[in-house]
Amino acid sequence: MKRSCPKPRTAGTLPQAEKFWELRLYVAGQTPKSLTALSNLRRICDDHLKGRYHIDVIDLLAEPQLSRGDQILAIPTLVRKLPQPVRKIIGDLSDTERVLVGLDLRPAVKPGGRP
Amino acid sequence: MKTARPRRSRPPSRLPKCPTGIQGLDEITGGGLPRGRPTLVCGGAGCGKTLFAAEFLVRGVVQFNEPGVFMTFEETAVELRANVASLGFDLASLERQEKILIDHVHVERSEIHETGDYDLEGLFVRLNLAIDSIGAKRVVLDTLEALFAGLPNEAILRAELRRLFRWLKDKGVTAIITAERGREQLTRHGMEEYVSDCVILLDHRVNNQIATRHLRVVKYRGALHGTNEFPFLIGEKGISVLPITSLALNHKVPEGRIPTGIPRLDAMLGGRGFFRGSSILLTGTPGTGKTIVSANFAQAAGRRGERVLFVSFEESPDQLIRNMLSIGLRLEPLVRRGLLRFHSARPSLYGLEMHLATLFKEIATFRPHIVIVDPVTSLMEAGTDFEGKAMVTRLIDYLKAQQITSLFTSLTQGGHALQQSEASMSSLMDAWLLLQDFEGNGERNRVLYVLKARGMAHSNQIREFLISNRGIDLVDAYIGPSGVLTGSARAAQDSREQAEALTRQQEAGRRKQELQRHRASLERQIDGLKSEHEAGTDELRQIDEQVGVQTRLLSAERTELGRLRQADVPTVPVSRRIRQTKSAQHSP
Repeated sequence: MKRSCPKPRTAGTLPQAEKFWELRLYVAGQTPKSLTALSNLRRICDDHLKGRYHIDVIDLLAEPQLSRGDQILAIPTLVRKLPQPVRKIIGDLSDTERVLVGLDLRPAVKPGGRP
Repeated sequence: MKTARPRRSRPPSRLPKCPTGIQGLDEITGGGLPRGRPTLVCGGAGCGKTLFAAEFLVRGVVQFNEPGVFMTFEETAVELRANVASLGFDLASLERQEKILIDHVHVERSEIHETGDYDLEGLFVRLNLAIDSIGAKRVVLDTLEALFAGLPNEAILRAELRRLFRWLKDKGVTAIITAERGREQLTRHGMEEYVSDCVILLDHRVNNQIATRHLRVVKYRGALHGTNEFPFLIGEKGISVLPITSLALNHKVPEGRIPTGIPRLDAMLGGRGFFRGSSILLTGTPGTGKTIVSANFAQAAGRRGERVLFVSFEESPDQLIRNMLSIGLRLEPLVRRGLLRFHSARPSLYGLEMHLATLFKEIATFRPHIVIVDPVTSLMEAGTDFEGKAMVTRLIDYLKAQQITSLFTSLTQGGHALQQSEASMSSLMDAWLLLQDFEGNGERNRVLYVLKARGMAHSNQIREFLISNRGIDLVDAYIGPSGVLTGSARAAQDSREQAEALTRQQEAGRRKQELQRHRASLERQIDGLKSEHEAGTDELRQIDEQVGVQTRLLSAERTELGRLRQADVPTVPVSRRIRQTKSAQHSP
């Protein structure tokens, strides 16, 4: 994905991983998909962001009014609140590779080869 | 309206309906949209889907006290408020009263990464919250198709949409879902698969460079509905669908008569002018004075204190006033007194429907006694023939229902096919005046005649129509052996007739003299012949006498000879022989 946004560039080659990560996972009840998503997220964060992350799990069935703030349509949705910019990842996070790309932890693999 | 009755009084087999409050739509659908079910409204870009949906919600609140949720996937709440404000809907105040809730759902594909299985429960939660928070009975989703652009997995999306519509039905809300028009199917993403109860198609079609909106109820499960395509328009008070068929021919007719402003024309119309509340057609080729007759009519009405709406598609009000002043018609004081109002617009400014709507609005606010449309033909050119006629029908019906007298001028192309070209309009009109011009002798003259006037004895005569700086006058046209003569030809004809009479007199005198001369010569000849005849008679007598003398001499001679020869045979008397020879001579 795009790595050309100005912030990372000024930071040189310093990876996003240096910063603190604030993540929010939206679910609707304890559905299998939600549980899968949460366990997938925990695993990925432990692998890549150990000690530098915080996960908020928001159950929309309990707090439906929160769905408007982050424009939640799909369940489950993972929102990266920090570092900026905000990113949204939908699905049960079972495709680890895509999650890493989506969270900007790994550059996107272009069809022609590595960038 | 039917739907105003409570639902319980209907037979249970009937589909309960939810009135939209949109003018005309409830007539077409027999009471509104199916209650508690989703309705699909589809159409191309800019055909009014969002406004349609917004009006459904606003009228639901204002007229039927049914709160509504507007879930928008394209426009933001701010944009939506501004857009529908142009129709006079104050969404913000309805939102403050918690009657309407606008929820903008932002879907942006570039922000979304798909990483496995998901569903749209978030949308359901959100919609549910919105519906419950204001107790909504109506829901608009505008347009769900944005999801197809935003969410990559179409399989999941379709499954979720199916679930959504099921859920909306279970929730018991009357919903409108808008969708883009597709190429081969009604909607681009086949939304009609999911919404099968009622499908309404909006269409914005351009004909001769002028756009007209149309609405059609494609499908309405379990209910009778008008299947035609109905023109609709978006005016300042929202959408109005104009079903032609809903207008009935049962308007009341007022009794009075109104003068035309031209005394001779009144005389032609049974002496008292047109019927009040009738529709009058005034046809004529260019420059025959249609506008002048109309302006005269307007002025006469204004002087009686009646209000006149003058709809001009050719001239601006100022130009009209100035031009009419040149023939002594003073319209300006009437305008100042508020008795005469002009409505000038180019016919091509907008489609027929919009023209009709603005006219209706003008009429509703000004409440005129007389409406003049000059000329109605250029208005009709703004659409197809059929649309044009339908529009004029609607306009006339509307005016008749209001008991407004209407005068339509109609511009016809040159030539003599006037009756033919206007025949279609004629059936709508109660009176029809024809203005025509005659060309000849290096000038053009106008004539006027009454082609038809329902319900009154009217003149069959052609009148010459004179326009001077003192106004209009009608004079008898000359009708003689060589046709109708007007203008200077009419004057010339008068003197020509006198000359002809004189010539005829002289001619007769000459012929008389000649005959007398002839008679005299004949008499002379008769005299000559007579004397000749007499001379012949004399000669005959002389001949007879001579013959007698000779015969006598001969017989005397014979007798003498016989006597001398002493013959004993008696001789044939000479007189008989002479008679025989005479008859032989005469007989050949």
